[in-house]
Amino acid sequence: MNAVALTAAEARFERPRCLAIVPAFNEAESIAEVVTEIRDFDPEIEVLVVDDGSTDPTAAVAESAGARVIRLPLNLGIGGAVQAGYLYAFERGFDVAVQIDGDGQHDAQELGRLLGPILAGRADLAIGTRFAGPRTYRAPLARRIGIGLFAALVSLRVRQRMTDTTSGFRAVNRRGICLFAVDYPHDYPEVESVVTASRGDLRIAEVPVAMRARAAGRSSITTARSFYYVLKVLLALFVGLFPRSPLTIED
Amino acid sequence: MPVQLFAALASVALLGLVIELIRSRKLRERYALLWLATAGVILFFALWREGLHDLAKGLGIAYPPNALFVLALLFVLMLLLHFSTVISKLSDRSTLLTQRLALMEERLRELEDSPGTRPTLREVKS
Repeated sequence: MNAVALTAAEARFERPRCLAIVPAFNEAESIAEVVTEIRDFDPEIEVLVVDDGSTDPTAAVAESAGARVIRLPLNLGIGGAVQAGYLYAFERGFDVAVQIDGDGQHDAQELGRLLGPILAGRADLAIGTRFAGPRTYRAPLARRIGIGLFAALVSLRVRQRMTDTTSGFRAVNRRGICLFAVDYPHDYPEVESVVTASRGDLRIAEVPVAMRARAAGRSSITTARSFYYVLKVLLALFVGLFPRSPLTIED
Repeated sequence: MPVQLFAALASVALLGLVIELIRSRKLRERYALLWLATAGVILFFALWREGLHDLAKGLGIAYPPNALFVLALLFVLMLLLHFSTVISKLSDRSTLLTQRLALMEERLRELEDSPGTRPTLREVKS
């Protein structure tokens, strides 16, 4: 059982309570394995599956695999589902939250690496990136161009080098939970939320991780939608250049 | 001028319709105000010929009734933009309600499943 790495100072005190937020929409085929992997990695991590209005037995499968499940009565899309997870983490007083996709493309074995900078207090938001480390993942050319474009623009915006802003494999501390519980973008939230984090003065760290090809299902991003995706994110980044009063929440 | 007569009649009909919708509670006053303003301005310029002529001259429009349509178009665009913001607000709110509802349902199930609480409806039935 490989527990989450702790610094010596933290080990002496109470361990931080950690929540794994797993957004899932019709992932009954892969969700049990995702939940089991996280629990095998560290049984102390509470697994919360956010069932985004699935029409298949995702919720029941996740529950019997040992996850806590919240069921959204309407399909909100990935942003709304993830934010529901952050609201849960906020309400229940979790210290740390990690985001893991329900389709199995994120490897729970990499959680230790992802949580490293958070638990060490070096960052408020850690993003697992596919490109800064060993090449185990190869996206199609068009998608690589998009990812590179977003990375370049976001890097300029947050004044820090970012290589993979579309990754949904992330960890945040309590500050990040408080921010994302009230201010999280709606559809295709990954890129924009990096800017949200930067605007909320979170310290961001990229962590190289290995990712897998998805275990089941297809990417939600089809060709037609990818145009909307790119335009929507570019617009959000552009509007993000203008000052905006931040949303806040009392902790 | 038949065009102006038509515009005047149309805006009177619009005014009547909006007031009737408010009366029958199918339209909130809040969203009716822009409609009333639209109808009011069109009616105003449809009746006041000189004003319309001056307006058209000021805008560089040769045929004065066109100024009326330009004005009407601007108001309709404003209305549409207003509705887009209303839709955005509504969808933000329904998102929040959906999230809250799901969290409360989870909390309710947790309470029902925990020992020492009152028997649930499920248990009473069985």
